[in-house]
Amino acid sequence: MGSVGAKEVPVLLSPDGKRIDGRQLDELRSMRIVAGALHQADGSAFVEWGANKVMAAVYGPREVHPRHLQQNNKAIVQCKYNMAAFSVDERKRPGLDRRSQEISKVIAEAFESVIFVEEFPRTSIDIYIEVLQANAGTRCAGVVAASVALADAGIPMVDLLPAVAVGKVAGQIALDLKKEEDNFGEADLPMALVPQSGRLVLLQMEGHMTAEELSKSLDLGVVGCRAIYEKMKQALRDRYQLGGPAEGASA
Amino acid sequence: MTNEVTAEILATHILDLAREGRRLDGRAIDEYRKVTVEPGFVASADGSALARIGPTAVVAGVKLELGKPFPDTPNAGVLTTNAELVPLSNPTFEPGPPHPRAIEVSRVIDRAIRAAEAIDLTKLCVTPGEKTWVCYVDVHVIDHSGNLIDAGSLAALTALLHATLPAKRFGVAESDSRLDVRHKPVETTFVRLGDAIVVDPSFDEELACQGRLTIATDEASNIVAMQKGLIGAFSPEDVKSLAERAFHHGDRMRKLAEGA
Repeated sequence: MGSVGAKEVPVLLSPDGKRIDGRQLDELRSMRIVAGALHQADGSAFVEWGANKVMAAVYGPREVHPRHLQQNNKAIVQCKYNMAAFSVDERKRPGLDRRSQEISKVIAEAFESVIFVEEFPRTSIDIYIEVLQANAGTRCAGVVAASVALADAGIPMVDLLPAVAVGKVAGQIALDLKKEEDNFGEADLPMALVPQSGRLVLLQMEGHMTAEELSKSLDLGVVGCRAIYEKMKQALRDRYQLGGPAEGASA
Repeated sequence: MTNEVTAEILATHILDLAREGRRLDGRAIDEYRKVTVEPGFVASADGSALARIGPTAVVAGVKLELGKPFPDTPNAGVLTTNAELVPLSNPTFEPGPPHPRAIEVSRVIDRAIRAAEAIDLTKLCVTPGEKTWVCYVDVHVIDHSGNLIDAGSLAALTALLHATLPAKRFGVAESDSRLDVRHKPVETTFVRLGDAIVVDPSFDEELACQGRLTIATDEASNIVAMQKGLIGAFSPEDVKSLAERAFHHGDRMRKLAEGA
Protein backbone atom coordinates (compact mmCIF):
# COMPACT_ATOMS: atom_id res chain seq x y z
CA MET A 1 0.00 0.00 0.00
CA GLY A 2 1.27 3.36 -1.02
CA SER A 3 4.84 2.12 -0.98
CA VAL A 4 5.48 2.65 -4.70
CA GLY A 5 8.44 4.96 -5.13
CA ALA A 6 8.49 5.75 -1.43
CA LYS A 7 11.78 7.03 -0.16
CA GLU A 8 12.44 5.40 3.18
CA VAL A 9 10.30 2.95 5.10
CA PRO A 10 10.44 3.69 8.84
CA VAL A 11 10.84 0.89 11.37
CA LEU A 12 7.20 0.21 12.24
CA LEU A 13 7.73 -2.46 14.86
CA SER A 14 10.68 -2.64 17.23
CA PRO A 15 12.24 -6.01 18.14
CA ASP A 16 10.39 -5.92 21.49
CA GLY A 17 7.07 -5.51 19.71
CA LYS A 18 6.57 -1.78 20.31
CA ARG A 19 5.05 0.36 17.59
CA ILE A 20 6.45 3.55 16.12
CA ASP A 21 4.86 5.63 18.90
CA GLY A 22 5.59 3.07 21.63
CA ARG A 23 2.13 1.50 21.68
CA GLN A 24 1.34 -2.19 21.98
CA LEU A 25 -0.34 -3.88 19.01
CA ASP A 26 -3.75 -3.78 20.69
CA GLU A 27 -3.45 -0.28 22.14
CA LEU A 28 -5.54 2.71 21.05
CA ARG A 29 -4.16 6.21 20.65
CA SER A 30 -5.33 8.66 23.30
CA MET A 31 -8.80 10.06 22.66
CA ARG A 32 -10.75 13.05 23.87
CA ILE A 33 -14.40 13.57 22.96
CA VAL A 34 -16.33 16.77 23.64
CA ALA A 35 -20.09 16.50 23.11
CA GLY A 36 -21.84 19.75 22.17
CA ALA A 37 -18.88 21.72 20.88
CA LEU A 38 -20.77 24.08 18.52
CA HIS A 39 -23.53 26.64 19.04
CA GLN A 40 -25.62 26.68 15.86
CA ALA A 41 -25.92 22.96 15.19
CA ASP A 42 -28.70 20.77 16.62
CA GLY A 43 -25.99 18.45 17.83
CA SER A 44 -22.21 18.46 17.64
CA ALA A 45 -19.03 16.84 18.87
CA PHE A 46 -15.31 17.37 18.66
CA VAL A 47 -12.91 14.45 18.67
CA GLU A 48 -9.18 14.56 19.24
CA TRP A 49 -7.80 11.13 18.56
CA GLY A 50 -4.04 10.77 18.42
CA ALA A 51 -3.08 13.60 16.08
CA ASN A 52 -6.52 13.73 14.46
CA LYS A 53 -8.84 16.68 15.12
CA VAL A 54 -12.34 16.19 13.76
CA MET A 55 -15.51 18.24 14.27
CA ALA A 56 -18.97 16.92 13.51
CA ALA A 57 -22.32 18.72 13.41
CA VAL A 58 -25.84 17.39 12.95
CA TYR A 59 -28.76 19.40 11.61
CA GLY A 60 -32.26 18.00 11.56
CA PRO A 61 -34.59 16.35 11.17
CA ARG A 62 -35.33 19.23 8.81
CA GLU A 63 -36.71 19.97 5.35
CA VAL A 64 -35.06 18.06 2.53
CA HIS A 65 -32.84 19.89 0.05
CA PRO A 66 -32.97 19.17 -2.83
CA ARG A 67 -36.69 18.47 -2.57
CA HIS A 68 -36.83 15.47 -4.93
CA LEU A 69 -34.72 13.43 -2.51
CA GLN A 70 -37.57 13.50 0.01
CA GLN A 71 -38.92 10.08 1.02
CA ASN A 72 -42.53 9.69 2.08
CA ASN A 73 -41.96 6.88 4.57
CA LYS A 74 -38.71 7.87 6.26
CA ALA A 75 -36.04 10.46 6.85
CA ILE A 76 -33.04 10.47 4.56
CA VAL A 77 -29.58 10.63 6.08
CA GLN A 78 -27.09 12.82 4.26
CA CYS A 79 -23.44 13.07 5.15
CA LYS A 80 -20.67 15.34 4.00
CA TYR A 81 -17.17 14.35 5.06
CA ASN A 82 -14.69 17.07 4.19
CA MET A 83 -10.98 17.53 4.76
CA ALA A 84 -9.66 21.02 5.32
CA ALA A 85 -6.95 22.10 2.89
CA PHE A 86 -4.50 22.49 5.77
CA SER A 87 -5.33 19.18 7.46
CA VAL A 88 -2.56 17.22 5.72
CA ASP A 89 1.17 17.79 5.12
CA GLU A 90 0.81 18.74 1.48
CA ARG A 91 -2.10 21.17 0.99
CA LYS A 92 -5.20 19.35 -0.17
CA ARG A 93 -7.18 21.06 -2.89
CA PRO A 94 -10.39 22.16 -1.18
CA GLY A 95 -13.72 20.74 -2.22
CA LEU A 96 -15.30 17.39 -2.75
CA ASP A 97 -12.97 14.81 -4.21
CA ARG A 98 -13.94 11.24 -5.05
CA ARG A 99 -12.46 9.84 -1.85
CA SER A 100 -14.52 12.22 0.28
CA GLN A 101 -17.66 11.40 -1.66
CA GLU A 102 -17.17 7.67 -1.20
CA ILE A 103 -16.49 8.08 2.52
CA SER A 104 -19.54 10.34 2.83
CA LYS A 105 -21.68 7.67 1.18
CA VAL A 106 -20.57 4.78 3.39
CA ILE A 107 -20.86 6.88 6.55
CA ALA A 108 -24.38 8.02 5.64
CA GLU A 109 -25.36 4.39 5.00
CA ALA A 110 -23.81 3.30 8.29
CA PHE A 111 -25.87 5.86 10.24
CA GLU A 112 -29.05 5.17 8.29
CA SER A 113 -28.59 1.57 9.49
CA VAL A 114 -28.95 2.64 13.15
CA ILE A 115 -31.19 5.76 13.11
CA PHE A 116 -34.95 5.23 13.49
CA VAL A 117 -35.54 7.00 10.17
CA GLU A 118 -39.18 5.88 9.91
CA GLU A 119 -40.02 8.24 12.78
CA PHE A 120 -39.27 11.31 10.66
CA PRO A 121 -40.83 10.90 7.20
CA ARG A 122 -40.13 13.61 4.57
CA THR A 123 -37.18 15.03 6.47
CA SER A 124 -33.44 15.01 6.21
CA ILE A 125 -30.89 14.37 8.92
CA ASP A 126 -27.71 16.08 7.80
CA ILE A 127 -24.32 15.10 9.16
CA TYR A 128 -21.30 17.30 8.52
CA ILE A 129 -17.81 16.06 9.31
CA GLU A 130 -14.87 18.44 9.06
CA VAL A 131 -11.39 17.00 9.37
CA LEU A 132 -9.20 19.81 10.67
CA GLN A 133 -6.05 17.80 11.31
CA ALA A 134 -5.50 14.36 9.81
CA ASN A 135 -3.30 11.52 10.94
CA ALA A 136 -4.88 8.29 9.63
CA GLY A 137 -8.25 7.00 10.74
CA THR A 138 -10.13 10.22 9.97
CA ARG A 139 -13.23 8.44 8.73
CA CYS A 140 -13.41 6.50 12.00
CA ALA A 141 -12.85 9.68 14.02
CA GLY A 142 -15.58 11.25 11.87
CA VAL A 143 -17.99 8.42 12.65
CA VAL A 144 -17.28 8.67 16.38
CA ALA A 145 -17.77 12.45 16.34
CA ALA A 146 -20.91 12.26 14.20
CA SER A 147 -22.39 9.54 16.38
CA VAL A 148 -21.95 11.62 19.54
CA ALA A 149 -23.30 14.65 17.64
CA LEU A 150 -26.41 12.66 16.65
CA ALA A 151 -26.99 11.69 20.26
CA ASP A 152 -26.40 15.32 21.27
CA ALA A 153 -29.07 16.32 18.73
CA GLY A 154 -31.50 13.87 20.32
CA ILE A 155 -31.89 11.71 17.21
CA PRO A 156 -33.25 8.29 18.24
CA MET A 157 -30.87 5.51 17.32
CA VAL A 158 -30.42 1.81 17.99
CA ASP A 159 -27.07 2.57 19.55
CA LEU A 160 -23.99 4.75 19.33
CA LEU A 161 -21.53 3.84 16.61
CA PRO A 162 -17.93 3.42 17.75
CA ALA A 163 -15.41 3.02 14.92
CA VAL A 164 -11.75 2.13 14.56
CA ALA A 165 -9.30 0.98 11.91
CA VAL A 166 -7.30 -2.21 12.27
CA GLY A 167 -4.33 -2.85 10.05
CA LYS A 168 -1.31 -4.95 9.32
CA VAL A 169 2.01 -3.47 10.33
CA ALA A 170 5.28 -5.33 9.73
CA GLY A 171 3.26 -8.53 9.38
CA GLN A 172 1.35 -8.05 12.65
CA ILE A 173 -2.29 -7.14 13.15
CA ALA A 174 -2.45 -3.79 14.95
CA LEU A 175 -5.24 -1.63 16.33
CA ASP A 176 -5.77 2.04 15.40
CA LEU A 177 -3.09 2.84 12.83
CA LYS A 178 -1.37 6.20 12.82
CA LYS A 179 -0.11 7.90 9.69
CA GLU A 180 3.22 6.12 9.21
CA GLU A 181 1.59 2.74 9.88
CA ASP A 182 -1.16 3.52 7.40
CA ASN A 183 1.25 4.73 4.70
CA PHE A 184 3.79 1.94 5.04
CA GLY A 185 1.70 -0.88 6.50
CA GLU A 186 0.34 -3.81 4.52
CA ALA A 187 -3.38 -3.44 5.14
CA ASP A 188 -5.98 -1.08 6.53
CA LEU A 189 -9.45 -2.11 7.67
CA PRO A 190 -11.77 0.60 9.05
CA MET A 191 -14.95 -0.55 10.74
CA ALA A 192 -17.91 0.74 12.77
CA LEU A 193 -19.72 -1.49 15.26
CA VAL A 194 -23.25 -1.49 16.63
CA PRO A 195 -22.33 -2.60 20.17
CA GLN A 196 -25.84 -3.73 21.01
CA SER A 197 -26.11 -6.20 18.09
CA GLY A 198 -22.41 -6.91 17.60
CA ARG A 199 -22.79 -6.16 13.90
CA LEU A 200 -20.72 -3.96 11.61
CA VAL A 201 -22.40 -1.20 9.62
CA LEU A 202 -19.22 0.21 8.13
CA LEU A 203 -16.49 -2.04 6.81
CA GLN A 204 -13.82 -1.35 4.26
CA MET A 205 -10.43 -2.89 3.63
CA GLU A 206 -7.43 -2.40 1.42
CA GLY A 207 -4.15 -4.29 1.35
CA HIS A 208 -3.23 -7.92 1.85
CA MET A 209 -4.70 -10.23 4.48
CA THR A 210 -5.16 -13.96 4.74
CA ALA A 211 -8.45 -15.37 6.02
CA GLU A 212 -6.86 -15.88 9.46
CA GLU A 213 -5.55 -12.31 9.56
CA LEU A 214 -8.96 -11.00 8.58
CA SER A 215 -10.55 -13.00 11.36
CA LYS A 216 -8.04 -11.69 13.91
CA SER A 217 -8.49 -8.13 12.67
CA LEU A 218 -12.25 -8.25 13.01
CA ASP A 219 -12.01 -9.58 16.56
CA LEU A 220 -9.43 -6.95 17.54
CA GLY A 221 -11.51 -4.18 15.96
CA VAL A 222 -14.59 -5.23 17.92
CA VAL A 223 -12.61 -5.03 21.18
CA GLY A 224 -11.31 -1.59 20.17
CA CYS A 225 -14.80 -0.37 19.27
CA ARG A 226 -16.14 -1.48 22.64
CA ALA A 227 -13.44 0.53 24.44
CA ILE A 228 -14.25 3.60 22.32
CA TYR A 229 -17.95 3.08 23.03
CA GLU A 230 -17.27 3.67 26.75
CA LYS A 231 -15.48 6.95 25.97
CA MET A 232 -18.40 8.09 23.80
CA LYS A 233 -20.93 7.37 26.53
CA GLN A 234 -18.74 9.18 29.05
CA ALA A 235 -18.55 12.26 26.79
CA LEU A 236 -22.35 12.38 26.67
CA ARG A 237 -22.60 11.91 30.44
CA ASP A 238 -20.12 14.74 30.95
CA ARG A 239 -22.21 17.01 28.78
CA TYR A 240 -25.59 16.26 30.29
CA GLN A 241 -24.96 15.58 33.95
CA LEU A 242 -25.72 18.41 36.38
CA GLY A 243 -22.73 20.63 36.85
CA GLY A 244 -21.21 19.41 33.59
CA PRO A 245 -19.74 21.75 31.00
CA ALA A 246 -22.06 24.60 30.07
CA GLU A 247 -24.16 24.58 26.93
CA GLY A 248 -21.91 24.89 23.89
CA ALA A 249 -18.72 24.37 25.84
CA SER A 250 -15.80 25.18 23.61
CA ALA A 251 -13.70 22.47 22.06
CA MET B 1 -46.23 6.47 -5.15
CA THR B 2 -47.24 3.46 -7.26
CA ASN B 3 -43.57 2.66 -7.80
CA GLU B 4 -42.89 2.90 -4.09
CA VAL B 5 -45.75 0.52 -3.33
CA THR B 6 -44.76 -2.06 -5.94
CA ALA B 7 -41.15 -1.83 -4.83
CA GLU B 8 -42.27 -2.46 -1.26
CA ILE B 9 -44.34 -5.49 -2.28
CA LEU B 10 -41.48 -6.89 -4.36
CA ALA B 11 -38.98 -6.36 -1.53
CA THR B 12 -41.27 -8.14 0.93
CA HIS B 13 -41.68 -11.02 -1.51
CA ILE B 14 -37.90 -11.32 -2.01
CA LEU B 15 -37.37 -11.38 1.76
CA ASP B 16 -40.16 -13.95 2.22
CA LEU B 17 -38.55 -16.22 -0.37
CA ALA B 18 -35.11 -15.81 1.20
CA ARG B 19 -36.52 -17.03 4.51
CA GLU B 20 -37.17 -20.36 2.74
CA GLY B 21 -33.76 -20.33 1.09
CA ARG B 22 -35.23 -19.36 -2.28
CA ARG B 23 -34.65 -16.52 -4.73
CA LEU B 24 -36.88 -14.72 -7.20
CA ASP B 25 -35.04 -16.11 -10.24
CA GLY B 26 -34.82 -19.64 -8.84
CA ARG B 27 -31.14 -19.49 -7.95
CA ALA B 28 -29.58 -21.05 -4.86
CA ILE B 29 -28.27 -18.76 -2.11
CA ASP B 30 -24.66 -19.22 -3.20
CA GLU B 31 -25.23 -19.31 -6.97
CA TYR B 32 -24.22 -16.71 -9.55
CA ARG B 33 -26.24 -15.93 -12.61
CA LYS B 34 -24.58 -17.09 -15.84
CA VAL B 35 -21.19 -15.38 -16.14
CA THR B 36 -19.49 -14.84 -19.49
CA VAL B 37 -16.64 -12.62 -20.55
CA GLU B 38 -15.47 -11.75 -24.03
CA PRO B 39 -12.00 -10.22 -24.37
CA GLY B 40 -11.12 -7.92 -27.26
CA PHE B 41 -14.65 -6.54 -27.57
CA VAL B 42 -13.43 -3.06 -28.53
CA ALA B 43 -10.73 -2.96 -31.19
CA SER B 44 -9.85 0.69 -30.56
CA ALA B 45 -8.74 -0.06 -27.00
CA ASP B 46 -5.36 -1.57 -26.06
CA GLY B 47 -7.24 -4.15 -24.04
CA SER B 48 -10.94 -4.67 -23.54
CA ALA B 49 -13.63 -7.06 -22.44
CA LEU B 50 -17.39 -7.37 -22.30
CA ALA B 51 -18.50 -9.10 -19.12
CA ARG B 52 -22.02 -10.34 -18.53
CA ILE B 53 -23.52 -11.58 -15.29
CA GLY B 54 -27.01 -12.61 -16.25
CA PRO B 55 -28.59 -9.52 -17.84
CA THR B 56 -25.94 -7.17 -16.40
CA ALA B 57 -23.46 -6.05 -19.04
CA VAL B 58 -20.27 -4.07 -18.56
CA VAL B 59 -17.55 -3.13 -21.04
CA ALA B 60 -14.06 -2.36 -19.82
CA GLY B 61 -11.42 -0.72 -21.99
CA VAL B 62 -7.73 -0.26 -21.24
CA LYS B 63 -5.87 2.61 -22.85
CA LEU B 64 -2.12 3.08 -22.45
CA GLU B 65 -0.49 6.42 -23.13
CA LEU B 66 2.85 8.03 -22.35
CA GLY B 67 2.85 10.70 -19.66
CA LYS B 68 4.83 12.14 -16.79
CA PRO B 69 5.15 10.30 -13.46
CA PHE B 70 3.78 12.00 -10.34
CA PRO B 71 6.53 14.07 -8.65
CA ASP B 72 6.31 12.02 -5.44
CA THR B 73 6.62 8.68 -7.28
CA PRO B 74 9.17 9.37 -10.05
CA ASN B 75 9.86 5.66 -10.67
CA ALA B 76 6.26 4.53 -10.93
CA GLY B 77 3.70 4.47 -13.67
CA VAL B 78 0.19 5.75 -13.28
CA LEU B 79 -2.94 3.64 -13.10
CA THR B 80 -6.45 5.07 -12.94
CA THR B 81 -9.74 3.23 -12.93
CA ASN B 82 -13.01 4.94 -13.62
CA ALA B 83 -16.54 3.62 -13.92
CA GLU B 84 -19.32 5.35 -15.82
CA LEU B 85 -22.91 4.49 -15.02
CA VAL B 86 -24.37 5.86 -18.24
CA PRO B 87 -28.09 6.73 -18.40
CA LEU B 88 -28.79 4.10 -21.04
CA SER B 89 -28.09 1.34 -18.54
CA ASN B 90 -30.94 2.00 -16.13
CA PRO B 91 -34.01 4.24 -15.85
CA THR B 92 -32.81 5.56 -12.48
CA PHE B 93 -29.51 6.92 -13.84
CA GLU B 94 -29.50 10.52 -14.94
CA PRO B 95 -27.01 12.51 -16.98
CA GLY B 96 -24.81 14.85 -15.00
CA PRO B 97 -21.87 14.75 -12.63
CA PRO B 98 -21.05 11.29 -11.28
CA HIS B 99 -23.48 10.05 -8.64
CA PRO B 100 -21.92 8.80 -5.39
CA ARG B 101 -22.86 5.23 -6.34
CA ALA B 102 -20.81 5.54 -9.57
CA ILE B 103 -17.90 6.93 -7.57
CA GLU B 104 -18.21 4.02 -5.16
CA VAL B 105 -18.20 1.44 -7.97
CA SER B 106 -15.14 3.13 -9.52
CA ARG B 107 -13.24 3.30 -6.30
CA VAL B 108 -14.03 -0.25 -5.19
CA ILE B 109 -12.89 -1.69 -8.53
CA ASP B 110 -9.82 0.56 -8.45
CA ARG B 111 -9.01 -0.43 -4.87
CA ALA B 112 -8.91 -4.15 -5.70
CA ILE B 113 -6.63 -3.66 -8.72
CA ARG B 114 -4.36 -1.29 -6.81
CA ALA B 115 -4.20 -3.19 -3.52
CA ALA B 116 -3.58 -6.51 -5.26
CA GLU B 117 -0.74 -4.84 -7.17
CA ALA B 118 -2.17 -6.34 -10.35
CA ILE B 119 0.17 -4.14 -12.37
CA ASP B 120 3.75 -3.57 -11.29
CA LEU B 121 3.77 0.19 -11.62
CA THR B 122 7.57 0.41 -11.54
CA LYS B 123 7.66 -1.60 -14.78
CA LEU B 124 5.51 1.04 -16.48
CA CYS B 125 8.19 3.67 -15.96
CA VAL B 126 10.18 4.45 -19.11
CA THR B 127 12.51 7.26 -17.90
CA PRO B 128 12.39 7.99 -14.14
CA GLY B 129 10.90 11.39 -13.40
CA GLU B 130 10.36 12.03 -17.11
CA LYS B 131 8.33 9.49 -18.98
CA THR B 132 6.04 6.66 -17.98
CA TRP B 133 3.12 4.65 -19.19
CA VAL B 134 -0.23 5.82 -17.91
CA CYS B 135 -2.76 3.00 -17.76
CA TYR B 136 -6.40 4.02 -17.92
CA VAL B 137 -9.00 1.39 -17.08
CA ASP B 138 -12.45 2.65 -18.03
CA VAL B 139 -15.47 0.64 -17.03
CA HIS B 140 -18.65 1.40 -18.92
CA VAL B 141 -21.85 -0.03 -17.49
CA ILE B 142 -24.26 -0.63 -20.35
CA ASP B 143 -26.95 -2.69 -18.60
CA HIS B 144 -27.35 -2.35 -14.85
CA SER B 145 -29.32 -5.37 -13.75
CA GLY B 146 -27.52 -5.77 -10.44
CA ASN B 147 -24.01 -6.50 -9.15
CA LEU B 148 -22.05 -3.91 -11.09
CA ILE B 149 -18.95 -4.28 -8.94
CA ASP B 150 -18.35 -7.95 -9.76
CA ALA B 151 -19.15 -7.45 -13.45
CA GLY B 152 -16.94 -4.38 -13.60
CA SER B 153 -14.02 -6.03 -11.85
CA LEU B 154 -14.25 -9.13 -14.08
CA ALA B 155 -14.33 -6.94 -17.21
CA ALA B 156 -11.42 -4.83 -15.93
CA LEU B 157 -9.21 -7.81 -15.05
CA THR B 158 -9.95 -9.54 -18.37
CA ALA B 159 -9.18 -6.34 -20.28
CA LEU B 160 -5.86 -5.95 -18.43
CA LEU B 161 -4.92 -9.61 -18.97
CA HIS B 162 -5.46 -9.19 -22.70
CA ALA B 163 -3.93 -5.72 -23.06
CA THR B 164 -1.03 -4.80 -25.32
CA LEU B 165 1.55 -2.18 -24.46
CA PRO B 166 1.59 -0.06 -27.66
CA ALA B 167 5.33 0.55 -27.46
CA LYS B 168 5.86 0.67 -31.21
CA ARG B 169 3.09 3.17 -31.78
CA PHE B 170 4.60 5.47 -29.17
CA GLY B 171 8.12 4.95 -30.47
CA VAL B 172 9.68 3.60 -27.28
CA ALA B 173 10.42 0.07 -28.57
CA GLU B 174 10.70 -1.90 -31.79
CA SER B 175 7.57 -3.89 -31.15
CA ASP B 176 4.49 -3.97 -28.99
CA SER B 177 4.41 -6.29 -26.01
CA ARG B 178 1.92 -7.83 -23.65
CA LEU B 179 1.00 -5.73 -20.60
CA ASP B 180 2.52 -7.49 -17.60
CA VAL B 181 -0.20 -8.45 -15.11
CA ARG B 182 1.27 -9.84 -11.88
CA HIS B 183 -1.80 -10.54 -9.78
CA LYS B 184 -5.41 -11.30 -10.55
CA PRO B 185 -7.91 -9.64 -8.21
CA VAL B 186 -11.63 -10.23 -8.63
CA GLU B 187 -14.52 -9.11 -6.50
CA THR B 188 -17.37 -11.11 -5.03
CA THR B 189 -20.46 -9.30 -3.80
CA PHE B 190 -23.06 -10.50 -1.32
CA VAL B 191 -26.25 -8.95 0.02
CA ARG B 192 -28.19 -9.71 3.15
CA LEU B 193 -31.84 -10.73 2.72
CA GLY B 194 -33.05 -11.31 6.27
CA ASP B 195 -30.91 -14.07 7.74
CA ALA B 196 -29.81 -15.26 4.30
CA ILE B 197 -26.74 -13.79 2.63
CA VAL B 198 -26.88 -14.33 -1.13
CA VAL B 199 -24.13 -13.95 -3.71
CA ASP B 200 -24.44 -11.95 -6.94
CA PRO B 201 -27.50 -9.81 -6.18
CA SER B 202 -29.94 -9.00 -8.96
CA PHE B 203 -31.17 -5.42 -9.34
CA ASP B 204 -34.31 -6.14 -7.32
CA GLU B 205 -32.34 -7.95 -4.62
CA GLU B 206 -30.10 -4.90 -4.27
CA LEU B 207 -33.18 -2.74 -3.73
CA ALA B 208 -34.61 -5.15 -1.16
CA CYS B 209 -31.37 -5.94 0.65
CA GLN B 210 -30.24 -5.08 4.17
CA GLY B 211 -26.59 -4.42 3.45
CA ARG B 212 -24.08 -5.30 0.77
CA LEU B 213 -20.57 -6.64 1.23
CA THR B 214 -17.94 -6.91 -1.49
CA ILE B 215 -14.77 -8.94 -0.92
CA ALA B 216 -11.89 -8.84 -3.39
CA THR B 217 -9.50 -11.78 -3.45
CA ASP B 218 -6.33 -12.57 -5.37
CA GLU B 219 -4.97 -15.85 -6.75
CA ALA B 220 -2.71 -16.35 -3.69
CA SER B 221 -5.58 -16.57 -1.19
CA ASN B 222 -5.27 -12.98 0.00
CA ILE B 223 -8.17 -10.70 0.72
CA VAL B 224 -7.11 -7.46 -0.94
CA ALA B 225 -10.12 -5.19 -0.54
CA MET B 226 -13.54 -5.02 1.06
CA GLN B 227 -16.45 -2.64 0.96
CA LYS B 228 -19.63 -2.71 2.96
CA GLY B 229 -22.32 -0.62 1.32
CA LEU B 230 -26.03 0.20 1.49
CA ILE B 231 -28.12 0.18 4.64
CA GLY B 232 -27.66 -2.86 6.85
CA ALA B 233 -25.14 -4.74 8.94
CA PHE B 234 -22.94 -7.86 9.02
CA SER B 235 -21.53 -9.61 12.05
CA PRO B 236 -17.79 -10.37 12.17
CA GLU B 237 -18.74 -14.06 11.87
CA ASP B 238 -20.71 -13.28 8.71
CA VAL B 239 -17.69 -11.54 7.25
CA LYS B 240 -15.39 -14.47 8.05
CA SER B 241 -17.64 -17.02 6.39
CA LEU B 242 -18.27 -14.74 3.39
CA ALA B 243 -14.50 -14.48 2.88
CA GLU B 244 -14.38 -18.26 2.39
CA ARG B 245 -17.22 -18.07 -0.11
CA ALA B 246 -15.46 -15.20 -1.89
CA PHE B 247 -12.30 -17.29 -2.40
CA HIS B 248 -14.37 -20.05 -3.97
CA HIS B 249 -16.23 -17.75 -6.37
CA GLY B 250 -13.11 -15.67 -7.03
CA ASP B 251 -11.17 -18.67 -8.30
CA ARG B 252 -13.90 -19.43 -10.80
CA MET B 253 -14.03 -15.81 -12.00
CA ARG B 254 -10.24 -15.74 -12.39
CA LYS B 255 -10.38 -18.82 -14.63
CA LEU B 256 -12.99 -17.09 -16.78
CA ALA B 257 -10.83 -13.96 -17.02
CA GLU B 258 -7.72 -15.95 -18.00
CA GLY B 259 -9.25 -18.63 -20.15
CA ALA B 260 -11.67 -16.51 -22.09
